[in-house]
Amino acid sequence: MSGYASALSGVKVVAELAAADARVVLVSQDFGAIRGFTERFPQRHIDVGISEQTLIGVAAGLAHAGKLPFVLGMAPFVTMRGFEQIRDDCAYNRNDVKFIAPFSGLEAGAWGATHHAIEDIALLRTIPGLTILSPADPAESHRAIRAAATIDGPVYVRLGFLKPIEGYDAPFTAGEIVELRPGNDAAILATGSSVAVALAAHVGLAHDGIAARVLNVHTLKPLDRATIARAARDTGRLVTVEEHFIDGGLGGAVAEILAELGTGRLRRIGVRDRFCTEVAPYPELLRIHGIDAASVVAAVRELVEG
Amino acid sequence: MTQRLDALHHRATALRRHVIGIAATQYCHLGGSLSCAEIMAALFFDVLQLDDTAARRRDRFLLSKGHAVHIFHAMLAERGLIDANELPRSGQSGSRLAGHPTKRAPGVEFATGSLGHALPVAVGMALAEQLDGSASRTVVLLGDGELQEGTVWEAALAAPRFGLPNLLAIVDYNRFQSAGAVDDVVALEPLADKWRAFRWQVREVDGHDLGAVLAALHAPPTAATPTVLIAHTVKGRGVPGIEGTARAHYTQLTAEEAARTLAALEATP
Repeated sequence: MSGYASALSGVKVVAELAAADARVVLVSQDFGAIRGFTERFPQRHIDVGISEQTLIGVAAGLAHAGKLPFVLGMAPFVTMRGFEQIRDDCAYNRNDVKFIAPFSGLEAGAWGATHHAIEDIALLRTIPGLTILSPADPAESHRAIRAAATIDGPVYVRLGFLKPIEGYDAPFTAGEIVELRPGNDAAILATGSSVAVALAAHVGLAHDGIAARVLNVHTLKPLDRATIARAARDTGRLVTVEEHFIDGGLGGAVAEILAELGTGRLRRIGVRDRFCTEVAPYPELLRIHGIDAASVVAAVRELVEG
Repeated sequence: MTQRLDALHHRATALRRHVIGIAATQYCHLGGSLSCAEIMAALFFDVLQLDDTAARRRDRFLLSKGHAVHIFHAMLAERGLIDANELPRSGQSGSRLAGHPTKRAPGVEFATGSLGHALPVAVGMALAEQLDGSASRTVVLLGDGELQEGTVWEAALAAPRFGLPNLLAIVDYNRFQSAGAVDDVVALEPLADKWRAFRWQVREVDGHDLGAVLAALHAPPTAATPTVLIAHTVKGRGVPGIEGTARAHYTQLTAEEAARTLAALEATP
């Protein structure tokens, strides 16, 4: 599901919430009328134009005055241009703004590095009181948005290019990692679109007789330390996968936990410390940057054999 | 009316006295606190309706120029929300009074510090009140140097699109910022024309003329758009030898300077 489709699909959930709760408003930037919401709640869809800082400030003010605002904005711009507004206006001032942020990771593809969001987790992870959700498939994105409405405090719902994961309908509990596949030889921790990559790697590894546990880290903050510690103790070998820089994101966060635990070896799959400047469609960019099942399989094998 | 103005004048003087008390003990953002003493007196002792129980109208005030926090704390003391003895201990261990408005202090609607944040937030608050059909006003006090922040103009551009006659921005145009005269750093003129071009209703006033300030703050909006009140003020107003100078922005007063200022305040009719 493309970023645009993710946005529309997310707003459908916001419309459901709006029908049940008069406080719900949708705040967007240069999105125009959004089918399923604007015609039903014309007064409650506020579009501020191309201005991320105002977008977030206005949402914080709406929240302060009793509304429950859902902000729809592209992940790279909302988190980088609007970082201080998320930090000060929402988190520090305790205004419950919910962010729906499509186009995370490399999804913007050939639009170039300005449109990639591969540092949003690293940035937002530093903000006290902010919850970061990163659902793995379209249905889970709906569950995450519904959860966001009930979570105390601001929430960032990170939406990547998500495809349905067959048979996956686990209840969504923010802060709790979901085990998608069992395994004690290694554990693959993935978030968002990379969960599908981890599941494909699991199949590849199973052919070689390696049982890799697959963990869906749908909440990056607060991070489920207990489940990560258990995976480290049970398997001793962890691999993280994310459409994000390996520093500061899921890989960085898991590295911090393992260092404190003093157990478990780690390989991190994600974007290395460089801009993604290659011109190519999105799926090819993922391959170029090694965010694919083959890279995960190789990393797990290296740990198992090493 | 004269009685009302006299009472407000005494409030403004009392606010100044509190701020001088702080500046006698520590370096502080003195000038920008004193330049808005009349504005703060008029807002908090006449204009704003802050009673939470008055459901139909509950006004909000945001100090966007957060470094002028001392006049805000002085106002809290004058309203009996904090003890005046707390003021000189601002910033000390255990004090609830920081160098910018924080939620540790009572009566802080929105914690500020980083400049350029409160106008967008005020737009959101005013928008919520407008959606609810309430009569509440949202008032945001901006610094002049702060107008160099792009977010001010981003929000100024967007606000009239939503209507928002219930939104009032006040610019404390005291002409100085940290590095010196605003005109020398990055000038704002023609300032009124800029706001007009952004489709705001513009009023200008001598920010130390209480009668004029009061009239401007009470004047109903003349159109269905927000209003900006450009208040021409003097940085550090009331401190002999320092008012209207660059030093007023951030300074400590010697015992002699503080005493001289307090005497001058007493002597003012």
